[in-house]
Amino acid sequence: MKVEQISIFIENKSGRLAEVSGVLGDAGINIRALSLADTSDFGILRLIVNDTDKAFNVLREHNFTVSKTEVIGVEVPDSPGGLSSLLQTLDKNNINVEYMYAFVERSGDNAVIIFRFDDVDAAIDVLTKNSIRVIEGKKLTSI
Amino acid sequence: MEQQPTIWNPVAECMPREELLTLQLGQLQQTLMRVAENVPCYQGKFKEVGFNPGDLKDLSDLANLPFTTKEDLRLNYPYGMFAVPMRDVVRIHSSSGTTGKPTVVGYTKADLASWTELVARFMTAAGVTNEDIIHIAFGYGLFTGAFGLHYGSEAIGASVIPISGGNTDKQLMIMQDYRSSVLVCTPSYALTIADRMEKQGIAPESLALRVGLFGAEPWSEQMRVEIENRLGVIATDNYGLSEVMGPGVAGECLCKAGMHLAEDQFIAEIIDPDTCEVLPEGSVGELVLTSLTKQAFPMIRYRTRDITRLHYETCDCGRTFARMEKTRGRSDDMLIIKGVNVFPTQIEEVLFQIEGCQPHYQLVVERENNQDKLEVQVEVNEKIFFDEMKQQRAFVTEAEKKIHSALGLSVKVKLVEPSSITRHEGKACRVFDNRKN
Ligand SMILES: [Zn+2]
Repeated sequence: MKVEQISIFIENKSGRLAEVSGVLGDAGINIRALSLADTSDFGILRLIVNDTDKAFNVLREHNFTVSKTEVIGVEVPDSPGGLSSLLQTLDKNNINVEYMYAFVERSGDNAVIIFRFDDVDAAIDVLTKNSIRVIEGKKLTSI
Repeated sequence: MEQQPTIWNPVAECMPREELLTLQLGQLQQTLMRVAENVPCYQGKFKEVGFNPGDLKDLSDLANLPFTTKEDLRLNYPYGMFAVPMRDVVRIHSSSGTTGKPTVVGYTKADLASWTELVARFMTAAGVTNEDIIHIAFGYGLFTGAFGLHYGSEAIGASVIPISGGNTDKQLMIMQDYRSSVLVCTPSYALTIADRMEKQGIAPESLALRVGLFGAEPWSEQMRVEIENRLGVIATDNYGLSEVMGPGVAGECLCKAGMHLAEDQFIAEIIDPDTCEVLPEGSVGELVLTSLTKQAFPMIRYRTRDITRLHYETCDCGRTFARMEKTRGRSDDMLIIKGVNVFPTQIEEVLFQIEGCQPHYQLVVERENNQDKLEVQVEVNEKIFFDEMKQQRAFVTEAEKKIHSALGLSVKVKLVEPSSITRHEGKACRVFDNRKN
C-alpha cells in the first residue's frame, strides 16, 4: 500500500529546483509527483519517482540532504465534493493529515492525492473500511 | 624488544619547577642579547622603552617588554625578523594569512632538531610508539603541521604515511589497506572522514586506528567525544603556531587534563587582550609566548590571539610543565555584539547539544539601522533534516532559543545546504563580520 517518498532540503535560491530535476533527469529517473513546502529561507521538496533508491543515492552523491518517508496514494473521485468527503471521513476517525499534494497522472477517471499521515497504518485501515481506494505503491511509481 | 618510553624526555618534562624557572631566566637573557644584536625590529622596540638586554634580572621583568604581533611580522616581510644569516637557515615555512601577505618563518638545523623533539614528546604523551603507523593527513607544504608531525613520528621510530590532505576516499582506502593506527589531521577533517565512513558503511572497528592527534584549530570537548565515538580512537589535542614553532608548543598526555606546554623552550604569559595587562595565574586570557631556544626566528612576547588558561599543578602523568586548556577561540574571533562578548565556540557547543554532532556553521554579523544582527548559518544534514515543515521549523526555533539563553543575545538561525559554508585548507571560516565593511 505504502509508497516511499523522497524529501530534499533546498535553500530558497534560484536554480535549486532545476538542479534537482537536472540531477534526476541525467540519471534517467522520472518524477511522478512533487510538492514544495517553503519558508523565506529554505524549502522541503517532496518527490515520488519511478526509482526511489536510485534517486536517493544520486541526490546524496550530489551533496543534497535527503530522507525517505512513507506516504500513500489515494484515489479521489473527480467530482465536486470528492476530496471534502474523504477528509471528513479521516477527521471523524481521528486520522491526522500532516500534508498532502496531488499526483500528476490520473488513475482512470479519478484524481490521485498523496497523503502523509502521522499514523500510516491506522489511516490505511480507515480508508479501506470506508471503501476508499488506496493505490498500490508499485502501481503508483509506474503510473 | 626495546621498551618505548612513556615520557620522551623525563629530564626536561618532569623538571622541578624551581629548576625550570632558573633555566628559563638564563635562556631568556641569552635570547634577548641575540635579538638585540641581530634583529632591527627588536632593536627599535627595546630602544623605544629604554630597555637594554642586560637589564633583565628576573623573569617578572619580561612583563615590561613590548609585544610582538602579526603586524610586526608583516612589516618585516619576508626575512626581517630572522636572527641568523640565510646561510644558517635550512627551512622556510609560512603561515596562511587570512588577509594580505603570509608570514615567513625560518629554521636552523638546531631549530628543526628542537621542533622534532617537541613533537616526539607530545606524540609519546598521547601513547604513540614505534609500533604505530602514522597517517598524516595535514597538507604538506608551507604549512608547518605535516612536517612537524612527520619529524616527530620518525624520531619515535613509527612508520609514516605522508598522505597529505584531501581526497577522503583515497585516505580511507589507505587507512583500511595500510592499517593506519594514528590519524593526524584537523578535528574538523576527522569528522569529514567519519561522515564519509558512515556513507560508505565502513565501521570504525574494521580500521586499525587507535589514536588521533588533532590540532591546528580550536575544538570543543563535545567534539572530542564525537570523534572518539565515531572513529574509535583516543583523541588528543596539540597546539602550536608557525610563528612560534609549529605543532609541539603544547600537547596533551593521556590524562587529557590540558596540553603540556614546553616550558623549557617557551615562556607563556596570559594577558587581557584589551588592556594587555598580564593576568594572575589561573586567569582566562590571551596566550603570549616567548621563545627560549630558537635561533633563526626568536619571538619575544608574541601575541598568539588564542584565548586559554594555564594550570600549574603537577599532572598525574608526572610532567611538571604548565597545562594549557583547549583554546576557546581567538581574540580576533571574539565578536562584541550589542556589548556581549561572543566566541564562535560557545555557539558551537549549543549546536552540538541540539544536534548531537559537530555542526558546520558560520556566523554573520550585520548592522541594520544601527542594530547589530547575528545570523547563525547551520549546514543541514540528515540528522537535523525533517520531512515535515513544522518539525523543521521547530528545530530552528529551538536552536534560536538555546543560543539566546546561552549567550543572552537573540540570533537568527538559518539552515543552509550541505557544503555551502566555505572551508579553507580543511579549516572552516567561522566568522563574517560585515559591520566593518
Ligand atoms: Zn600530563
